[in-house]
Amino acid sequence: MAAIAKKFTLEVPSSTENLVLIRDFVTRIGQQAHLDEEEISNLELAVDEACANVIEHAYGLDSRQEVIIQAICDEEAVRISVIDTGKGFDPTGVTPASIDTLVTERRSGGLGIRLIKALMDEVSYQIQPGQKNELHMIKRLRKPA
Amino acid sequence: MANPFSVQTSIDEGISLITLEGFVDAYTAPEFETAMQAQVDAGHHRIIVNCDRLHYISSAGLGVFMSFVEEVRERGGDIKICGLIPKVRHTFEILGFQEIFDLVENEAQARQRFQAA
Repeated sequence: MAAIAKKFTLEVPSSTENLVLIRDFVTRIGQQAHLDEEEISNLELAVDEACANVIEHAYGLDSRQEVIIQAICDEEAVRISVIDTGKGFDPTGVTPASIDTLVTERRSGGLGIRLIKALMDEVSYQIQPGQKNELHMIKRLRKPA
Repeated sequence: MANPFSVQTSIDEGISLITLEGFVDAYTAPEFETAMQAQVDAGHHRIIVNCDRLHYISSAGLGVFMSFVEEVRERGGDIKICGLIPKVRHTFEILGFQEIFDLVENEAQARQRFQAA
């Protein structure tokens, strides 16, 4: 019999003040999925980056808007979606500049998506600007040895 | 709230010490940036950032280091980062920051690096 997937949803006003709340939520999801401490930290950071991007760029720090974080855990993976209705932008389609270039040019943009890609197993976007944008991130569970 | 954020600054023998505590994310990074900017504006270009009580950093915090390092180096200084706990160090290393920044064990070692320079 297939294991039942567990679904969790958090909706918060679009404010960077709520990132700590989002990280707590993600940490508990990771614990539910029996991820180890390092994997939970990675998940926490990836979702923080995704939500900060929405709050600052998709919604332009408009706290009347809402960020939705959906998590689905099953025996194979933790799947997290960050959903907004703001300006859509697909950072996965941009080739990030090298860190050396960013330092020389005194730019710090693009670090967040670089982290998300490094920390998660799969990252994809579905964009309908002004309607619904979804960033999907998957962390596969390690099979017990 | 758990892990409250604080940033404290002091100056000793011409070296600025910025001590971070708690978490640096997109919410708290502006305060860190203000502290860093104040040192640069005051002409203090030898800066140690002590992170031994820092439990979490996101790209917003890492971006602050990146925004200032070139400027302080052009003026003969540097940013030395000390006391990273393994979790935070991991975040620095994912982005290759260990190639760009001088990451040292503790404040004493950071001071020695400046004195040796």
